[in-house]
Amino acid sequence: MRDTRPLPDALLPLPPATFHILLSVAEDDRHGYAIIQDIAARTNGELKLSAGTLYRSIQRMLEQGLIAETQDRPAPEYDDERRRYYRITPFGATVAQAEARRLTQLVRMARARGFAAGRA
Amino acid sequence: MRAYDILLRLYPASFRAEYGAEMRAIWGRRRRDAAGPRAVAALWIATLFEVLANATAVHWDILRQDLRYTMRTLAQSPGFALTAIAVLALGVGANTAAFSVTDFVLIRPLPFPQPERLLTLWEKAPEYSQMELSPANYVDWKQMSKSFDGMGAYVDTSVNLVGQGDPERIEGAAMTADVLPLLGVQPFMGRMFSGAEDREGAPGRVLLSYQLWQAVFGGDRGVIGRRVNLDNAPYEVIGVMPRDFHFPSRDAELWTAMRFDQHSDDFRDRNNNYLNVLARLKPGVSLEQARAEMGVIAAQLERQFPRENRQTGATVNLLRDEVSQQSRLLLMALSGAALCVLLIACANLANLLMARGLARQRELAVRTAMGAGRERLVRQLITESLVLALTGGAAGVLVAAGAVRLLTRLVPASLPIAQAPSIDVRVLIFAALVSCLTGVGFGVFPALRACRQSDLSALREGARAGGGHKERLRSVLVIGEVAACVVLLVSAGLLVRALWRIEATDPGFQADGVLTMETALPMPKYQETARRAGFCTRVLSSVRALPGVSNAAYISFLPMVMRGGIWPVTVEGKPAEAQRSGAHTASLRFATPGFFATMGIPLHRGRDIAESDGLDAPYAAVVSESFGRRYWPDGDPLGRHFKMAFHDRTIVGVVGDIRVRGLERTSEPQVYLPYRQQEGDSLIFYMPKDLVIRSAGGTGTLLPAVRQIIRGTDSEQPISGVRTMASIVEDQTASRAAQVRVLGAFAAIAFLLAGVGIHGLLSFAVSRRTQEIGVRIALGAQPGGIVKMIVGQGAVLAFAGVLPGMVLAYAAGRAMEGLLAGVQPGDALTFASAIALCVLMTVLGSLLPAMRAVRIDPIAAIRSE
Repeated sequence: MRDTRPLPDALLPLPPATFHILLSVAEDDRHGYAIIQDIAARTNGELKLSAGTLYRSIQRMLEQGLIAETQDRPAPEYDDERRRYYRITPFGATVAQAEARRLTQLVRMARARGFAAGRA
Repeated sequence: MRAYDILLRLYPASFRAEYGAEMRAIWGRRRRDAAGPRAVAALWIATLFEVLANATAVHWDILRQDLRYTMRTLAQSPGFALTAIAVLALGVGANTAAFSVTDFVLIRPLPFPQPERLLTLWEKAPEYSQMELSPANYVDWKQMSKSFDGMGAYVDTSVNLVGQGDPERIEGAAMTADVLPLLGVQPFMGRMFSGAEDREGAPGRVLLSYQLWQAVFGGDRGVIGRRVNLDNAPYEVIGVMPRDFHFPSRDAELWTAMRFDQHSDDFRDRNNNYLNVLARLKPGVSLEQARAEMGVIAAQLERQFPRENRQTGATVNLLRDEVSQQSRLLLMALSGAALCVLLIACANLANLLMARGLARQRELAVRTAMGAGRERLVRQLITESLVLALTGGAAGVLVAAGAVRLLTRLVPASLPIAQAPSIDVRVLIFAALVSCLTGVGFGVFPALRACRQSDLSALREGARAGGGHKERLRSVLVIGEVAACVVLLVSAGLLVRALWRIEATDPGFQADGVLTMETALPMPKYQETARRAGFCTRVLSSVRALPGVSNAAYISFLPMVMRGGIWPVTVEGKPAEAQRSGAHTASLRFATPGFFATMGIPLHRGRDIAESDGLDAPYAAVVSESFGRRYWPDGDPLGRHFKMAFHDRTIVGVVGDIRVRGLERTSEPQVYLPYRQQEGDSLIFYMPKDLVIRSAGGTGTLLPAVRQIIRGTDSEQPISGVRTMASIVEDQTASRAAQVRVLGAFAAIAFLLAGVGIHGLLSFAVSRRTQEIGVRIALGAQPGGIVKMIVGQGAVLAFAGVLPGMVLAYAAGRAMEGLLAGVQPGDALTFASAIALCVLMTVLGSLLPAMRAVRIDPIAAIRSE
């Protein structure tokens, strides 16, 4: 198979769900439901991904090489064999950084125009 | 949970297999967390929308991937892609063109509201199933019938339009005021005829066609109320009809109100048939009921007028069905031929895709080994087929758009529709359907077959592609192609033979070197016989004096242009009753002296019409040979008497028969009467108006001179319908010639495609048998033997296709016997030629693969094993 992976900037801006999933698996290897819960916790319950949105995003992110399935599994007493665990790839980390930079710049510009409080 | 499983089915199977279990688990938790019926309901609603949106998005993602992959793979094998698209374009193009013409002529409703209730009414006599009505019968039918919302009558007319630039001859129709409301049309501008305007003595009113309004009046909106001069009578323009209004045929450019003279002879004579009658069926009345009622009325009138209406019935047809049997058959043959081309194209496409499937078996096996599910592979192959099919289909529509213009000749002039069918939405839907069916039917099944066998065994080095079963299927497809090709070759051949036969028919006159034109003299200006005769004599004597002109004459109607003008004949000594049937009619024409010499019609006995045959002389007639044979089979017709058109007439000459009704039909015997014996305005319909000129030179110099002569004789007299007699005869076969060209083109395409099919199959077989052939050569097989083996394989395929093809071709020939003009459907020469062509095709198709087989290097071939 040829490497058809695009440049990080070509994937920007990331869909919010994708960015959240990247943040979630950057911290720790996580399975699907754990990702949903993590995102919900981080957003104070404002973003509750549906199973369909989650796995559609995961499928696309796997194809884009942003995340990878990992074979490392937790201790059997905490595991469920149906689960798959995902981890961020170095490319995924690059893309997440690029997206964070983009958002930061955006917020900076908004502040400069007086749209938000805080330091520029 | 079961309901959620059903929803999950909306996702692609591969996605379900990958994530289905986890999605179910997540949803299960959510369901458990939902407390109370309201929360559960909210969860379900959210889930429903979420699944719909995400499933669509996942499908779309896969489609995009598949499309990208398809583009890449097709770009890698451009030869395959272009061949497949070209094959499809030909198949879809031929069918789309055939469909658009057939749809236009036979299927699409006429451009009037509720067209299925528009009918035409005809009188029926033993010899004629459709005869125009006499005014008296029309009035009675209209008064007595109850099945119709209305009934109207019209006649084709042509009038001289004077005073708007050059005098012009314009085709049109005169109609009763009921006709346009019956059709349900509204004028583009102005108004239609009022009820009082079709009565005797009403002032002249005229409606213009949109085209005439544009061409002659420059689209001037102030034309309403303007006075125009038609045949020397004043008419007021009251309206302009819409651009797409064509009635009764597409030639009509103006419409006048028909004014009946209820007290004239014309009106009293029930054998004076010239009215076309249109009616609109009442809602709730069936066509059958209307036919039954008209049958009763006709019978009643027969009892009332036993002599005039003897054996006169009524024919009621749908206006839509005013398409001749021949036109219908011709279009059906066209559609059948197009279908044959499509079948051959499909067989070729299936073969191409199967060969490609076999060649790609390794690739598919690799992808399966890497974890692609069968569903994903099939989906990918379907996308590929559909991309090919739709691209081919789009190219096919372009082919059709070009071809439709060639097919306009096949649109009969007798329908109230425009000449050129357009490629519209229906046609595009048809093309898309044909393309998709072709793509799916002949692309997906080969794909499925290929997938079923794409297991790891294909990965073994040196595995031979393709099993015997598949090759058999491909052979069957090629055999089918050959059979369809034979059908098309034979059908085209039979039609060519029919065309030749008709072209070889002697029309009874010498058409070459005869120029014709029309100078229809207006009434009442030329009401008197002497005045008309004066015009004709002056024109003819001047024309005859022109250099190169050997003769010239006037006649009522040109043969093959006007096929009617039939009149009953009574001969003394024959029972009158037997003579009322169509077996005792003849075509009636008034002619000037010199007509027979100009037209090259042989004068067998007696003399030509003479200037001395005037109103004061005995009524004379020149008759055709068949007329004499019919009444005096054993004797000389010269000097005999018969009664026709109100007078007793004496036969003074016998001439050869001509094909008045055209090359393909039998004509009534002909009777020619002296033009000076046409009294006043009686039989005015038959007034000589067609000028025929025989000249040695070209028409280029002749025409201006003749125009000048006519202008010099009467400056207001227009000339119309300038054509050569040869072109009139040629027109007889024009639609046939067009059809032969179309079918011939289809047959050529079929021939080419079948040849490609044979070539493809044998090439594939040779490459598959490389090692075997290598071994044979190594063992001493001669090149001649190898060639014989490969060509022999092609010959077996061809033979297997030719046999059923011949049977089908014979059946097709029988089905279109009506188009064959007497050529036998089993015509040996045609069949022999078709078979010879198939042999040629087989040899050509198998020669290249055979050459390749001979050139196989035995050592390399065996080593690769």
